[in-house]
Amino acid sequence: MKHHLLSSADLARDDAVLVLDTAAELLSLADRPIKKLPTLRGRTIVNLFFEDSTRTRISFEAAAKRLSADVINFSAKGSSVSKGESLKDTALTLEAMGADAVVIRHGSSGAPHRLANSGWVRSSVVNAGDGTHEHPTQALLDAFTMRKHLGDLDAKRVTIVGDVLHSRVARSNALLLSTLGAEVTLVAPPTLLPVGVETWPVQTSYDLDTSLDKCDAVMMLRVQAERMDAAFFPSAREYSRRYGLDDRRFKRLPEHAIVMHPGPMNRGMEISADVADSARSVIVEQVSNGVAVRMAVLYLLLSGADLSRTDPTASDSTKPEVVS
Amino acid sequence: MTAYLITGVSICGADQPSDLLLYDGRVADPAEAPSDAVPVDGTGLVALPGLVDLHTHLREPGREDAETVESGSRAAAMGGFTAVHAMANTDPVADTAGVVEQVWHLGQIAGYCDVRPVGAITVGLRGERLAELGAMADSDAHVRVFSDDGICVSDAVMMRRALEYVKAFDGVVAQHAQEPRLTEGAQMNESAMSGVLGMRGWPAVAEEAVIARDCLLAGHVGSRLHVCHVSTEGSVELIRWAKSKGWDVTAEVTPHHLMLTDDLVATYDPIYKVNPPLRTKADVEALRAGLADGTIDCVATDHAPHPTEDKECEWAAAAMGMLGLETALSVVQQTMVDTGLLDWAAVADRMAVRPARIGRVADQGHPLEVGAPANLVLYDPAASRVVEASTLQSLSRNTPYRGMQLPGSVTATFLRGRATVLDGQLQ
Repeated sequence: MKHHLLSSADLARDDAVLVLDTAAELLSLADRPIKKLPTLRGRTIVNLFFEDSTRTRISFEAAAKRLSADVINFSAKGSSVSKGESLKDTALTLEAMGADAVVIRHGSSGAPHRLANSGWVRSSVVNAGDGTHEHPTQALLDAFTMRKHLGDLDAKRVTIVGDVLHSRVARSNALLLSTLGAEVTLVAPPTLLPVGVETWPVQTSYDLDTSLDKCDAVMMLRVQAERMDAAFFPSAREYSRRYGLDDRRFKRLPEHAIVMHPGPMNRGMEISADVADSARSVIVEQVSNGVAVRMAVLYLLLSGADLSRTDPTASDSTKPEVVS
Repeated sequence: MTAYLITGVSICGADQPSDLLLYDGRVADPAEAPSDAVPVDGTGLVALPGLVDLHTHLREPGREDAETVESGSRAAAMGGFTAVHAMANTDPVADTAGVVEQVWHLGQIAGYCDVRPVGAITVGLRGERLAELGAMADSDAHVRVFSDDGICVSDAVMMRRALEYVKAFDGVVAQHAQEPRLTEGAQMNESAMSGVLGMRGWPAVAEEAVIARDCLLAGHVGSRLHVCHVSTEGSVELIRWAKSKGWDVTAEVTPHHLMLTDDLVATYDPIYKVNPPLRTKADVEALRAGLADGTIDCVATDHAPHPTEDKECEWAAAAMGMLGLETALSVVQQTMVDTGLLDWAAVADRMAVRPARIGRVADQGHPLEVGAPANLVLYDPAASRVVEASTLQSLSRNTPYRGMQLPGSVTATFLRGRATVLDGQLQ
């Protein structure tokens, strides 16, 4: 695995499988009374969040703490960033504080890439969502969730529905799931598919109904109703009628198919409440799997060489320790 | 005044080397060289008329941290330019006779090249009402080129009126063609690359739609339109079509659009952030072909200095623009001459003769014949250099060519017979 995780494209198939296998081992921790491993004791992980995202931040925070890392939360609001400090100066500050990894969420596409490649910091950089670019750990936790329910993803059919144009989740999933051998179909109105999508390793469709019959997993993306103000679609109701996963469409899915959503959901817009709460919805499970996957990513990035032969839960690491 | 006798130089790439005497501010007969004429060995060098840039941002007044008239004109001299057109988007905007005269005077004081101010078309570049174009034309600055560059004159009526009004003093309206609604928040060329990188795209149609409309307007009112920094294949086709109609439409292309493509944006390094954006390889090839066949009249640098902090940041926060004056001729050599698309005589046409004609710059862009004003550049096409941002004369460092090996070097530049650059050194 590389020094950074900036894009799902950074993960070769072996890397991705290693992360997912490692996450599976780490998930077993969640069932123990003491959920902590000493693996990253003494290491410092900074959560650098320029955008509000409580869900992703606490997921990374929980992951780092369960590996016994010291966690510093640095959010743009109420910090020097809101007073106009540049990304560079923030990065130099973090470097001076000895951060081993920086988990960055930023509204500008490519900001994590810039942080990693500008020479400002030596630490590993993990992209926790950048603009409308990527969100690779979300894709990993989605793949992890699918693997648990569907087994190996090779030749599995995954349908991703909604605002692909503005979705970093869709970009990261399209890349990662294809790497893992799945057949991905993106479904959206033409206005919400990016220019050049035909060069992506996916199929595309404008019609949701015909894309449901054979799929193994359907992932609904969050669609902001305000997009209609920029004429991406005429109204929330029309969007919902044509691209929402309602009970009628839900019934067209194969018996074994699972329903996913990266959250936060607009119930009644892209997904009906009944579908979101159905037995085949794995939306809540995605959240808990997120912690294990992020533990695996931080562990693999920070614990040095010979990753493939290192078992984080083996030997003395398995002895639960109370770490203050 | 020092006379210079340049020996054995290839004038505009001529096979037969010849001698050039610069005497009393003019090109003179070498047989009449005074005994104290300074000899300049022109062996292996190409002599071109001093280059004329139709599109330069000198940033003064207002952003003297990025560039001044003096630093920018030093950069121009080092690039072989003897005249530059200073764009109007300064602070205050060059929309009155007072501001354009200030810029013109600063250029005179610096003395490295002729600084020809461009006047804003509309007050404050706001697109709402015409600036006093006549006052700027009649001022000491003798403005003939008018542009809201940086911002498109998107209102069709305003554009029509500007085109009509400048006919009274033989002016030209230089349009920054960018349909504003199609490019709201745009960060890079709209392409497969923008989709992958998750960046708001800047479609070619946003440029082409405005060019098409403006060509029709120029034809309708019988005025002169100049299209700034053409960047797409479709734009070249539209301009070719407008010229075939006999309309007085001219166009420029920047050195960077002749060389660089949008795949560089994948680095997320804002050094490549520019307006109009870097486009695709097909666009680059169409631009080269358009410059070669004369559809595109000239190369203009769109030299756009920005201080380091405006580029050393995340992409979306960064300023748009790149340096161009000190690398323009080398980039043109690499993309147009070394590829066989243009010979040196045609380079002289595209970088001196035609831009001088479009800007109505009387004593620039003349063939290097006896009696012509002694504005010229001596260029060594066999040289090669690695571009080093810190050695540039510009106050800013935002060159996309840093670290790149480029062919050629400017050996000397003469402005009305006076050396502004000699032996590769600024004088």
